[in-house]
Amino acid sequence: MTASGTFGYGEEYMDFYDINCLGGIVVKGTTLHHREGNPYPRMAETGRGMLNAVGLQNKGVHYFAKEIYPRIKDFGTNILVNVSGSTIEDYVETAAAIQELDNIPGIELNISCPNVKEGGMAFGTSCPSAVAVVEAVRKVYNKHLMVKLSPNVTNIAEIALAVEQAGADSLSLINTLLGMAIDAETKRPLLSTITGGLSGPAIKPVALRMVWQVTQVVKIPIVGMGGIMNAEDAIEFMLAGASAVQIGTANFVDPMVGSNVIDGIKEYLERKGMNSAKELVGGMITD
Amino acid sequence: MKKYIQDFDVVENKRLNQEFVVLTLQHPYQLPEMFPGQFVEVKVENGPNTFLRRPISIHDVDREKQQIKLLVQEIGEGTQLMGQLQPGDKLNLVYPLGNQFQISPNDKVLLIGGGCGIAPLLFLGRHLLENGITPRFLLGARSKDGLIELDEFKKLGEVYTTTEDGSEGTKGFVIHHPIMKTQTPDYDQICTCGPEPMMRVVAKYAKNHNIKCQVSLENHMACGIGACLCCVTDTIEGHKCTCTDGPVFDSTYLKW
Ligand SMILES: Cc1cc2nc3c(=O)[nH]c(=O)nc-3n(C[C@H](O)[C@H](O)[C@H](O)COP(=O)(O)OP(=O)(O)OC[C@H]3O[C@@H](n4cnc5c(N)ncnc54)[C@H](O)[C@@H]3O)c2cc1C
Ligand SMILES: Cc1cc2nc3c(=O)[nH]c(=O)nc-3n(C[C@H](O)[C@H](O)[C@H](O)COP(=O)(O)O)c2cc1C
Ligand code: FES
Repeated sequence: MTASGTFGYGEEYMDFYDINCLGGIVVKGTTLHHREGNPYPRMAETGRGMLNAVGLQNKGVHYFAKEIYPRIKDFGTNILVNVSGSTIEDYVETAAAIQELDNIPGIELNISCPNVKEGGMAFGTSCPSAVAVVEAVRKVYNKHLMVKLSPNVTNIAEIALAVEQAGADSLSLINTLLGMAIDAETKRPLLSTITGGLSGPAIKPVALRMVWQVTQVVKIPIVGMGGIMNAEDAIEFMLAGASAVQIGTANFVDPMVGSNVIDGIKEYLERKGMNSAKELVGGMITD
Repeated sequence: MKKYIQDFDVVENKRLNQEFVVLTLQHPYQLPEMFPGQFVEVKVENGPNTFLRRPISIHDVDREKQQIKLLVQEIGEGTQLMGQLQPGDKLNLVYPLGNQFQISPNDKVLLIGGGCGIAPLLFLGRHLLENGITPRFLLGARSKDGLIELDEFKKLGEVYTTTEDGSEGTKGFVIHHPIMKTQTPDYDQICTCGPEPMMRVVAKYAKNHNIKCQVSLENHMACGIGACLCCVTDTIEGHKCTCTDGPVFDSTYLKW
């Protein structure tokens, strides 16, 4: 799959390959109302990665349903909508609006965005608030409910377990790690918001560790992400226990990465004499 | 417009001065249509700290030879690595990206460039000439050495210059050139690309004289194709992406 906020609505990448080969596309973070996002500058390149502070710029769920959904609903892949909000009511109302869209098989509940002042990550960093928002959305949303976890916590396994019990169908992780960058010459921060979310290969070891920790405690499927650049990276996440993966920042560097990863996994399975990618899941050898 | 991801062969690296090179890139097949103002996203290989692609304007296009030229100013690791490319090397591009300068048949156009901002103006000048409009150029630099590609521009139209130290042309910034001082300018359209402070001054001048002014922005970008929303600029209609709604904007559309 491709990760939210890095693949637009899929249309941006259609010139490069047949995006229907993907397992799914998670579209941009969507909120109840229109959001302008944070001021420029919103990104800074860092070693083997980047910081972003987009701040959930989007035109709101009703615009999505009216203008964007008709354009993308007949794609031959699963379209998941990444849902964000500042209050529980926002999340519930947004999820309920997406429930009405027949060709959207699920949502990814973003309780982990580090780039908004209120809400967002705050929900995903404590068990009671994570449980409250997942339970509330579960009541109005009966299709696939994937919950996206924040890595900016002390004990991710604990939150994962709480979210599973609150009714999530699957978990995706990790969202970006809170970071910052300063220009030594000008003594100024590189992002308008000072802090932002770190993504790309720089975060892969942290992401792998968290995926592994979470798979040790929950039963629902895990979708792993964080710095996947190629098939080998994706396979590592599956060996750590992820049933599927999402690719984010790599799409900026290599717009064909989605299709390359799929081909690379097939080639690996053949080389290892395996029949299905399922055999990879949790296949790390520790003895 | 359809976007491509393709490997190009570096066929020439012409060094203009300490800071600037012109890379000539060739593709084995026919090039897609490209327009002045558009840019490419270059993948810089082997840079320990260069992770994302680098946006670079299309400096010139030779359809017959299947070549495009990039004018690169070495300001950091990525552009320095580009400056070291040699014939035989390959360069991976995502292109053509962004919108284009808009010109109508009877426009009298002045093209104003500074620094690496002169890059898209050569292609634009050639395009104008092919469409029956003789372009005029006003190019500014710190000193004589920084006024690059003058011979190429002179082939297309009249060229005026300014240097901050007065070593060539009018002393000062582009805005100090006599052509910007006349009360009744004989051009009705300005296209400008360069440092933002320069473009802001030019845009203000244009507004005061009721001249249409298009500016080409250089915002930092991650994807270059409208997927990440990192490159936004403030417009009268809210945040717009420099990579897809721009890089060329009507100056009155921007919140400048
Ligand atoms: C639409 C567009 C057209 C451009 N055309 C040209 C051109 O024709 N010739 C040319 O020499 N330069 C051009 N630039 C600027 C060029 O992209 C930067 O100089 C280059 O990215 C710097 O990379 P670096 O690794 O050398 O510098 P570093 O400072 O090490 O780069 C660090 C990060 O900041 C980004 N960055 C730094 N400066 C700029 C800048 N001015 N604009 C955008 N991103 C920047 C880099 O992409 C990188 O992600 C253009 C920029 C844009 C947006
Ligand atoms: C520019 C940008 C925008 C993002 N926007 C969102 C978003 O709207 N919602 C969300 O849940 N995650 C968002 N993310 C996080 C990614 O989906 C992903 O979790 C993270 O980048 C880690 O994966 P990666 O290293 O493969 O990019 C964004 C990431 C980037 C780089
Ligand atoms: S650079 Fe990604 S949207 Fe413009």
